Amino acid sequence: MKLITAIIQPAKFKDVKDALAKEGITKMTVMNVSGCGQQAGYGETYRGQDIEINLLKKVMLQIGVNDKFVEPTIKAIIDGARTGNIGDGKIFVTNLEECIRIRTSERGGEAIG
Amino acid sequence: MNRTHYQKKKAGVWLALAALLLVVSPSWHGAPLYSAEATLEQRVADIEAYMNNSGRVTTAANPPVESKVAGPGPGHNAWMMTSALLVLFMTLPGLALFYGGLVRSKNILSIMAQTMGITGLVTILWWLFGYSLAFSSGSGPEGGSSFIGSFTQFAFLKGVDSMPNTDYSAWISQNVFSMFQLMFAIITPALILGAIAERMKFSAVMLFVGIWMVVVYFPMAHMVWGIDGFMNGVWNAKSSIKAIDFAGGTVVHMASGWSALVLCIILGKRTGFGKRPMAPHSLVMTMIGTGMLWVGWYGFNAGSALAADGIASTAFVNTTLAAAVAGFVWPMLEWIFIEKPTVLGFCSGIVAGLVVITPAAGFVTTGSSVFIGIAAGIVPLFAVVKLKKWLGYDDALDTFGIHAIGGTLGALLTGIFADEKVNPALSANLHELVGKTLWIEQLKAIALTIGLSAAASIIIAYAIKRVIGLRVPEIVEEQGLDIHDHGEEGYADFQIIIR
Repeated sequence: MKLITAIIQPAKFKDVKDALAKEGITKMTVMNVSGCGQQAGYGETYRGQDIEINLLKKVMLQIGVNDKFVEPTIKAIIDGARTGNIGDGKIFVTNLEECIRIRTSERGGEAIG
Repeated sequence: MNRTHYQKKKAGVWLALAALLLVVSPSWHGAPLYSAEATLEQRVADIEAYMNNSGRVTTAANPPVESKVAGPGPGHNAWMMTSALLVLFMTLPGLALFYGGLVRSKNILSIMAQTMGITGLVTILWWLFGYSLAFSSGSGPEGGSSFIGSFTQFAFLKGVDSMPNTDYSAWISQNVFSMFQLMFAIITPALILGAIAERMKFSAVMLFVGIWMVVVYFPMAHMVWGIDGFMNGVWNAKSSIKAIDFAGGTVVHMASGWSALVLCIILGKRTGFGKRPMAPHSLVMTMIGTGMLWVGWYGFNAGSALAADGIASTAFVNTTLAAAVAGFVWPMLEWIFIEKPTVLGFCSGIVAGLVVITPAAGFVTTGSSVFIGIAAGIVPLFAVVKLKKWLGYDDALDTFGIHAIGGTLGALLTGIFADEKVNPALSANLHELVGKTLWIEQLKAIALTIGLSAAASIIIAYAIKRVIGLRVPEIVEEQGLDIHDHGEEGYADFQIIIR
């Protein structure tokens, strides 16, 4: 079992969600986050005062998957999120120790799927 | 951002502003000559005329005596200034909040900016030549026709001072009249914003509105309200279409609504329309805007009596009843036929009621206004819920469903319910038609309004599409127009909620 964490452009979230659904992956947790990477930020102007916004708004997805879904999930996220520009985001894949469904107390791969 | 390009654009704006300042011309006012002193009887008659909102007895021409109450009448003038600010309040911030709450949070500022942009642009046009095109007499010495007024007679508001223009009222200052009418000219194009929200470029919106005012609004205002207007059945005995429109069913709601439909079809749907949720981000804001629209609408309808008289009282009452009834019927129908009575349903019903009563406000009985309110709660609801789905256009905030359908319904119902006993002005030129075939005249006015609005909007929209394009790029649509078009965010310290 792996936990896939992806940080993407908010504007591409809908495309990522659609691409994941096409691969049969419909379970996810989505968060609004802010952060910065190589992307330099952008400027806003209030009464002529330029303000540099350094921490950018991003969307973070977390998806717990069984091993055979890891590659399809990664592929779907890239398909949906990639524009080719700096700021497209990152995907982290980490090992997942255990997963428990609260309603039934099922454990492991059963509980994730 | 390319700096040199930016600076060139700025230089152009400065040049345009400088050109505006150069063309100011002084106003001129001739002093009449009088041969005699007014008698006591003439002086009393003048005060009676003020009380009854009829024409002055003593005039410079006949009899050539100087009136002791030569200026505007204080009561009527006070009500018209109040009405003008109430109508401005409908746009800023009423309509801006109403529409602003209905868009997604990333586009809230685009609505605010477009609304204020229109306010400034239309005011400048109005001062330059707009008021003249709409309200100068087309048969005067400086050109014009029954379709559009003179370009020059009142250009730069020349001669438009505190003295009344007796073509429209004996007792309100013409400069107040011109400001009152300006507020109508501002809200009309602002209504179109609802149909094209969340995807049209700011530059394209401003360009469209600038041209549309000249091609559609000024001619429409002249035809319906101008003293020698082509469709002014009430005041122009020689009008070709003897239609009536109390406060702007055709000029304001139909012209904006039908143009909005055409523009939103040419513009295309929002990306993901019908597939992704596009729920309003703040119905609280929409409700506040609705309340402001309702309050402001008293200036719009009761103010359109152009006096603080009995007709204004009638319009005041009819406005209240139609709005309240439609605002109740709409959500009740939702409750019965759809699921629950929604806040957006209450808001939509109220606005629909106000739209439909607009052309009828000072012409119909209180009973008729209740009936009109019921119709306003049913027909636009059908247009918004069913018709939009069948035809598949993306009228984002329902400008067409409420303003075009509601305005058309109102224009027709006005022809059916108009009553000479309510408004004696109907007797002067329309005695033969009222209560009989007036509705046929209304249908003619409806056809002309739809034809002009739709045809002009098609041409303007395609021309702009060719020259600068209408839409923002798709990625900007996803990010929201606020950051891209205006460099600001409506809710800078909050996360935009992903849906």
